Amino acid sequence: MASYCRPRTVSEVLAALAGADGHGRILVGGTDLLVHLRKDPFAPTVIVDIKSVSDFPPAVEIYADAVRFGPTARMAEISNDPFIADHLPALGASARVVGSIAIRNRATLVGNICNASPAADTVPALLVYGSTVTVTGPGGERTMPLADFFVGPGQTRCGPDEIVVRVDVPIPDRGHRSAFQRLTRRRGVDLATVSVAAGVDADGRIVLGLGCVGPTPLLTDASPPVDLSDPDAIEGAVEELVSIATPISDVRAARDYREAMVRVLAVRAVQAAAAPPEGMSS
Amino acid sequence: MTDSSVHPTSEVAVALELNGENVRATIPAHRTLLDMLRDDLGLCGTKRCCAEGECGACSVLLDGELVNSCLVLGAEADGGALLTIEGVSMDGITDLQAEFLAAGAVQCGVCIPGQVMAAEQLLRTNPDASRDEIRDAMSGNLCRCASYQRIVEAIQTAAAGRRTDA
Repeated sequence: MASYCRPRTVSEVLAALAGADGHGRILVGGTDLLVHLRKDPFAPTVIVDIKSVSDFPPAVEIYADAVRFGPTARMAEISNDPFIADHLPALGASARVVGSIAIRNRATLVGNICNASPAADTVPALLVYGSTVTVTGPGGERTMPLADFFVGPGQTRCGPDEIVVRVDVPIPDRGHRSAFQRLTRRRGVDLATVSVAAGVDADGRIVLGLGCVGPTPLLTDASPPVDLSDPDAIEGAVEELVSIATPISDVRAARDYREAMVRVLAVRAVQAAAAPPEGMSS
Repeated sequence: MTDSSVHPTSEVAVALELNGENVRATIPAHRTLLDMLRDDLGLCGTKRCCAEGECGACSVLLDGELVNSCLVLGAEADGGALLTIEGVSMDGITDLQAEFLAAGAVQCGVCIPGQVMAAEQLLRTNPDASRDEIRDAMSGNLCRCASYQRIVEAIQTAAAGRRTDA
């Protein structure tokens, strides 16, 4: 049978997890956790509801060089934040397509990361910006690149007695641009079939974050500088970058389709990033 | 009952404001808000359908925000203010519900309480919503009878009516 607690401090969270004997599950939005609970109602899950914890970082905190997200930052806040829309547009766009209004009112950015789905909507963008994850546990605090955080589907480097306390997303230079593209079977409330975030720096170097084409979301290396006004050059660079993709066939799409679509979406994402912002001439 | 801030308990005492009235319940830790409403508190207007946040039939307003009650634990509603379809139509059917009927948007009816909650929240937060904004806001509420055009029509008409009254 499941049990429930609502700790008020990070140390109480860690105590609850330590006492849960590996069965502790962190609850914030619950949009993934409750689906798992329903499928396995007799597991001795210890539900640790962290919404009353008072010593977490604030949900969204903007610094000079980074945006810091605490464990309670919800998709609704992220998708409506004008600073994020302006400086981290691929992240804002990816948060905006998560589920539905009701889902975005509950689902959190940190939860999206910790659920470790290859289809996690916000992760390709977070990867492109070079985000880091900070984990706290009995052994103290450690920070790692988000790209190193994922081990496999549903598996991360956050241990059963640990908790992610923040995600830091560096704010790119003004010359850097980014965009997000997602393919779904229907427009609302669907998991992505393929998703791509593209970042383009002032010299035309392209970095891609890829969703649903591997056991974890993937981050490509940076391409050499590309002439972004030349569609063939973009296509050539994208072809090279997406070669790390290893999609599988599942209920949403076949492997071949994903292999084809990751190229299409990557080109579109790069072109969308490279296009001058609306209302500005350049 | 021990202090639930530190010690996990398999039963949870919940006190909340439900449609303007204070209610209490003691429920198993894993019980969803949806099941608590229907099975413990006897309010069956909120419908149980997909039970995993895809269909929106269980939509309610928790602390003024639209949520899928199948994805919220009853325990999480402790101390909160909840509005369900029963609370919305406490004084008879609303203008919005009347427009749903007039537009012929109601066929089998299972999705309608959730549709009404989502539409009500939309009209409260964005009274001038465009057709695209309505479609976007309602995309979390599925209708197997495919009454979507009529639902959008009903919401547009209700919105226009409220603008005239205001």
